Amino acid sequence: MKRIEYTFKEKKDTRSGFGDGLFELGKRNKDVVALCADLTGSLKMNDFKNSFPDRFFQVGIAEANMMGIAAGLTIGGKIPFTGTFANFSTGRVYDQIRQSIAYSDKNVKICASHAGLTLGEDGATHQILEDIGMMKMLPGMTVINPCDYNQTKQATLALGNHIGPAYLRFGRPKWPIFTESIKDFQIGKGIKFQDGNDISIFATGHMLWQALEAEKMLFSIGISCEIINIHTIKPLDEKIILESVKKTKCAISCEEHNIIGGLGESISRLLSENYPIPFKVIGVNDSFGESGKPLELLEKYNLSPEFIKKSVQEVLKKK
Amino acid sequence: MNKIAKLVNISSQVRRDIIRMVHEVQSGHPGGSLGCTDFLVFLFFDLMKRNKSFDMNGFKEDLFFLSNGHISPVFYSVLSRSGYFAKEELKTFRKLNSRLQGHPATHEGLPGIRIASGSLGQGLSVAIGAALAKKLNNENNLIYVLMGDGELQEGQIWEGLMYASHNKVDNLIATIDYNGQQIDGPVDEINSLKNLKYKLESFGWKVFESDGNNFESLISTFNQIKENIFKGYPIVNIMRTTMGKGVDFMENSHKWHGIPPNDEELTEGLKQNKETLGDY
Repeated sequence: MKRIEYTFKEKKDTRSGFGDGLFELGKRNKDVVALCADLTGSLKMNDFKNSFPDRFFQVGIAEANMMGIAAGLTIGGKIPFTGTFANFSTGRVYDQIRQSIAYSDKNVKICASHAGLTLGEDGATHQILEDIGMMKMLPGMTVINPCDYNQTKQATLALGNHIGPAYLRFGRPKWPIFTESIKDFQIGKGIKFQDGNDISIFATGHMLWQALEAEKMLFSIGISCEIINIHTIKPLDEKIILESVKKTKCAISCEEHNIIGGLGESISRLLSENYPIPFKVIGVNDSFGESGKPLELLEKYNLSPEFIKKSVQEVLKKK
Repeated sequence: MNKIAKLVNISSQVRRDIIRMVHEVQSGHPGGSLGCTDFLVFLFFDLMKRNKSFDMNGFKEDLFFLSNGHISPVFYSVLSRSGYFAKEELKTFRKLNSRLQGHPATHEGLPGIRIASGSLGQGLSVAIGAALAKKLNNENNLIYVLMGDGELQEGQIWEGLMYASHNKVDNLIATIDYNGQQIDGPVDEINSLKNLKYKLESFGWKVFESDGNNFESLISTFNQIKENIFKGYPIVNIMRTTMGKGVDFMENSHKWHGIPPNDEELTEGLKQNKETLGDY
């Protein structure tokens, strides 16, 4: 695989990828239904709502009820997609998801926008950084955190054919679209974006773009990075991770999430049990977020391309 | 044998099952189970239109959801006695490797169960979802849900009450087991429901009241309810029951919410409830 210089022509929010994917699914499958807790515009669910009003349920500001109704709709063959902010999709309704959806094996797709720091100015009450951890701990739950508009749309479409509870995490800000060349999306299959020899970088969500930016700087100083996108945090694509580190012998992971409970922790366990190598988890260091602009926040909380570059250089020294 | 005599007979056997199951493992919730026995027997042996075989989707049949999952003994006994699984399986209640978990669960594949319950307050929302699915599927079957009175202290219930009325979920019949007791004592002392009928009416529900330990009352109430389905409002039945009904020393006391009988108490309880359909 030749090195690819990733660029973008357009920025678009990942939540629009969800909205467009959901609308498409609504056209394809009459059993797809959608529920929203008073955030239809924010979740980009208006096309679905306007085209399929009978299959759209406005639940109001009552997320616990929404999760229960979604579970009930599966009894009768429906495929419900719930939409609200990530914080209200997880922490607020954890027990409802645990008992009525996960433990009850219900085919509910929990779709969550405004995840992570990059929702920006609303601050820490809304910037959930623990959702991946909470959701991946639930037995049987699939957890997906796509990287851009295209991938979010692909993931939404893939969930239409997936059976079982799933959590789809995406964000608010306009973000580079850089995956035109990536056609194949499969739940649970990581994607290699860059072939490299010196270090493996495993990135999820918005942080994949940050990693690709870091790669450009590292390439210019002669460091060859292998970039792998882990869009599905659970089930984890162990094969692609282990194959990569057997070649590079060191790695870092990048996510817009607490370092406790996220992707890095999952990879850490995989590596320590199977192939211990120098490894660093890049994420928010066990703190809440705060108000600010998305890029300012990524900078302050050590999620910038520059910080990734510096971390790669540190890990390489331990090799 | 007339209908009521037949139902009374079944209830007697179900009450035996409940106290034997709870006694066997020295664990479980006999009080609410005994109180709701007549209602569940009425539902499964008379009221609901049920398909013979179990399918999770429950197309073209009436469905029942138990929100107050701790009364699993009565649910399991009634499911078994109405044909969902062999009565011998009742002896596995709450034991290792059983499909009869402490609280109802779908995870082990027990026929008749469509949702896990136990963590309170969630069943009404699930029932609303199932009712909406029936409407989308153009089915005219009904959804029944049972909740405890103490359970109404959970906020999610009131989210569901608002939603069902606002959205005219009129194929849904909720029942509240109004026995006035919860684990720590009388509901009125713990966190009173005050004027429950008024509360429910003000939420837009059509309210009926019944005696849940009297088949005549249940039959006549549900005859009235039948006249009110598909009328643009959800229906609720405030059903007075006696916690521990059918075992005199257990009646009307919250102490038997979650306490199993000892050997002598079992013998006494069984004496008060005839074996009518054969013990498991």
